[in-house]
Amino acid sequence: MVILLPLAGAMACFLWPQRGVQLGLVSALGVVACVAVLGWQVVEQGAQRYAVGGWGAPLGIDLYADGLSLLMLMVTAVVGLGISVYSSGYFNRDKARDFWPLWMFLWAALNALFLSADIFNLYVTLELLGLAAVALVALAGGADALTGAMRYLLVSLLGSLFFLLSVALLYHSFGSVDIAILAERVEPSPAVWAALGLMSAGLLLKTALFPLHFWLPPAHASAPAPVSALLSALVVKASFYILLRLWLEIFPLANAALAQLLGLLGAAAVLWGGIQALRQTRLKMLIAYSTVAQLGYLFLAFPLASIIGWTGALYMLLSHAAAKTAMFMAAGNILRFGGHDRIADLDRVVQRLPLTVTAFGLAGVSIMGLPPSGGFIAKWLLLEAAIRSGQWWWGIILILGGLLSATWVFKVIGYAFTQSGTPHESRAVPVSMEWAALAMALVAILLGLFASWPLVLMEIGLPFGGEVAG
Amino acid sequence: MSWNAGLPLLVLASSLLPGLVIFFLPEERVATRTSLNLAGAALKLVLVGVMIWGVFHGHHYETRLPLLPELDLVLRADALSVLFVTLSAVLWLATTVYAIGYLEGSPNRSRFFGFFSLCVTATVGVALAGNLITFVLFYELLTLATYPLIVHRGTEVARRAGRTYLIYTVAGGALLLIGTVWLYTLTGTLEFTARGFLSSLDESQHRVLVIIFVLLIAGPGVKAALVPLHGWLPQAMVAPAPVSALLHAVAVVKAGAFGIVRVVYDVYGIQFAASLGVTLPLAIVAAVTIIYGSMRALFQDDLKRRLAFSTVSQVAYIVLGIAVVGPIATIGGLVHLVHQGVMKITLFFCAGNLAETLGIHKVSEMNEVGQRMPWTMVAFTVGVFGMIGVPPLAGFISKWYLGLGALDAGQGWVIFILAGSSLLNAAYFLPILYAAWFKAPADTWPAERSFGRRETAWALLAPPLVTALLTLALGLLASAPFSPLQWAHFITTLEYAP
Repeated sequence: MVILLPLAGAMACFLWPQRGVQLGLVSALGVVACVAVLGWQVVEQGAQRYAVGGWGAPLGIDLYADGLSLLMLMVTAVVGLGISVYSSGYFNRDKARDFWPLWMFLWAALNALFLSADIFNLYVTLELLGLAAVALVALAGGADALTGAMRYLLVSLLGSLFFLLSVALLYHSFGSVDIAILAERVEPSPAVWAALGLMSAGLLLKTALFPLHFWLPPAHASAPAPVSALLSALVVKASFYILLRLWLEIFPLANAALAQLLGLLGAAAVLWGGIQALRQTRLKMLIAYSTVAQLGYLFLAFPLASIIGWTGALYMLLSHAAAKTAMFMAAGNILRFGGHDRIADLDRVVQRLPLTVTAFGLAGVSIMGLPPSGGFIAKWLLLEAAIRSGQWWWGIILILGGLLSATWVFKVIGYAFTQSGTPHESRAVPVSMEWAALAMALVAILLGLFASWPLVLMEIGLPFGGEVAG
Repeated sequence: MSWNAGLPLLVLASSLLPGLVIFFLPEERVATRTSLNLAGAALKLVLVGVMIWGVFHGHHYETRLPLLPELDLVLRADALSVLFVTLSAVLWLATTVYAIGYLEGSPNRSRFFGFFSLCVTATVGVALAGNLITFVLFYELLTLATYPLIVHRGTEVARRAGRTYLIYTVAGGALLLIGTVWLYTLTGTLEFTARGFLSSLDESQHRVLVIIFVLLIAGPGVKAALVPLHGWLPQAMVAPAPVSALLHAVAVVKAGAFGIVRVVYDVYGIQFAASLGVTLPLAIVAAVTIIYGSMRALFQDDLKRRLAFSTVSQVAYIVLGIAVVGPIATIGGLVHLVHQGVMKITLFFCAGNLAETLGIHKVSEMNEVGQRMPWTMVAFTVGVFGMIGVPPLAGFISKWYLGLGALDAGQGWVIFILAGSSLLNAAYFLPILYAAWFKAPADTWPAERSFGRRETAWALLAPPLVTALLTLALGLLASAPFSPLQWAHFITTLEYAP
């Protein structure tokens, strides 16, 4: 149901383009309701497994929901709802006709991905996701967007190809694509190492981990604001989710050297992304580079490899999803209002959009990892994991990354307090867009005040149960 | 939620909620905004009064909200926090009245008062924090809430000052955070406990504990403007006068000093800290800060900058009183936390009045200003004498206890620091008074505004007069029940009792 509803929504939007907005919003609400029901089931009865069409695991398609996937579904639902509300004001009639079916389609792919219980399904959904995302990037039109989309398409296909190869390898070696069955059968062998290598490379490419991040800033910056938001908040997270799943369940004995390598790349991403973000002159480019940095944080959990580390990384994922959505929305508002996003000329614009600036500021608090916000909780957990495992240097990276983001957030916010010069010609921003941005920022802040609840949820079905203590 | 569990939360909400509402008020709704502000401030005062009564009679006020598994957000009213909360509540009311008068007719007032309330909320949160993570949370919130106040004027200078402030405080906050997490991994608890919770740790951990101590002191040390971490404070003077007043007397600087008190007493425990050998270096840093701040103050012509360097020096008294390790010096340090706040806020109010009414910003422009604004300058004079430590004013009490305590703890050198600093205080404050009362006046004031027959607006004049009276009362009635001095006695018996 969680998958079918947005799919149906996509069809409906495609068939009746004039009503796209209403249909889209209705299906968005529907999906949120379905996820809530599923969430209630998982909380009450533990992890759920559902065989589509009644065929069991080795043959048919299995759907599996535990705390981890539930959490991903929920964050998708919340962010998705926000983006839907925002988009209802953002797009004009022409663009809306293309946007809504694609967006619903993408949502369906995401939900399916988070529920998949076998790696072939993961491949299929990943591919669908990639295609929908590329189409959305191209939606903006213009040379920039098309180049960005083209690059994104190539990267996406390459990443999926690697992934498919490793699926084939694993299937050949162990005769199954089901995650649970693979987890039992897998044993160290050259094929497994090759599969792991290919898979990781493909997924890292799609997650845009440094130094494979080159495609992300242009794609995210040139897309329309709601699309950038959902790319940064959700799409890149999907490939991270797959990596995490496989790492935890199929390759629990994956060697420490690789984990250290991932951590190192993550650290490099945090610093490089932060520094690049500081050097940008355009707001959207800046936010896109900050995504590169924030993705780096997620990979710091690999060398830490403890429950606290994983939950920290996941919490980072949640709060980043909410905060980054808010930021891109705010940037979209500013762009719409003043017609540009040059950081140096922001002062005249931002003073007349108090709600948007507030949204940006609150989201910034979470991105910097200052309390009270989800980012702070995540940073606390990661820092604790780093010190507990005796690997304090990762902690230093965390702190440095926070300082770098603080620098750029306040660079932008500083303009909100500068005396404005001549008034600008401006275009009105729909109320729904301002409030959607603010609501997403508030979610990021609230995540910092009510942390225990999502943390408990993560533990359902023990997604981290089998890992080796680091 | 029972009354005892809800009270700390209410105290917090009494400034938070008005603040949030004010953000959304349109600029021209002056009456609504003013009444919201004053109602919040008055309500907080009442609640704090209830709290004082309760804590004295042994009631236990504690709000506990889950934050992380095994880590709670704790707001607790103990004797020490009540001291600081009371100071914040009283001075918030005074500053609110002052700010309403000061900012009359200027732009962006909703934003200003919104952040102003947030700032006080954060300060009260710092005061009530019952464990280190709650402290960190509100400490960072304070950083964020003060930044918009410092850059409020929106000039290039203000923005630079704001940036400097952030560089210092965010970096300090990061150190504090590292120290906190590190400590947590060692102990598994962060609850503030009288006499600390670390003395049971193994001998082999002591080296690490010293490093953590440095981290935990460096964080609040930035806000308390201990040399060499003081660089932001004089720059932050570009903020409007009520902000400087609150910053110096209660919010930022004091939150830092209060944090140091907490770390030394309720995390490490004073005896344990002394046995680690970290208190003497801390005392030396404080002593250097006292002398350095006073020396720099001597050479400032800008009135507010002179006051700023004087703050650098005065706040270090608090730290000194704590680092000397002895019950009497502790009383001196704690009571100075309150006394310095009341005196310094008086001086800043007066400086603001001079700037607002006559356009005076520099000491050299103050010739015979006492004739033109007698009441303001009377308040100023009281504040100055208090700062120098003239009996029977508030400042004398703290210095007396500090000196006595130092002798008691066998650290005679502190006496020389105190005497030297009093001399320096006199050297940079008395010329101001001399100029204000006795020097021949200039022909015209830099930018005079007329307020009819009164020397300035009521809302600007009343707060400094009240706080000047308080300075006098705190000194004269120091031995009355519920005076800060008696309260400091009360706290100290808890910490040093066998």
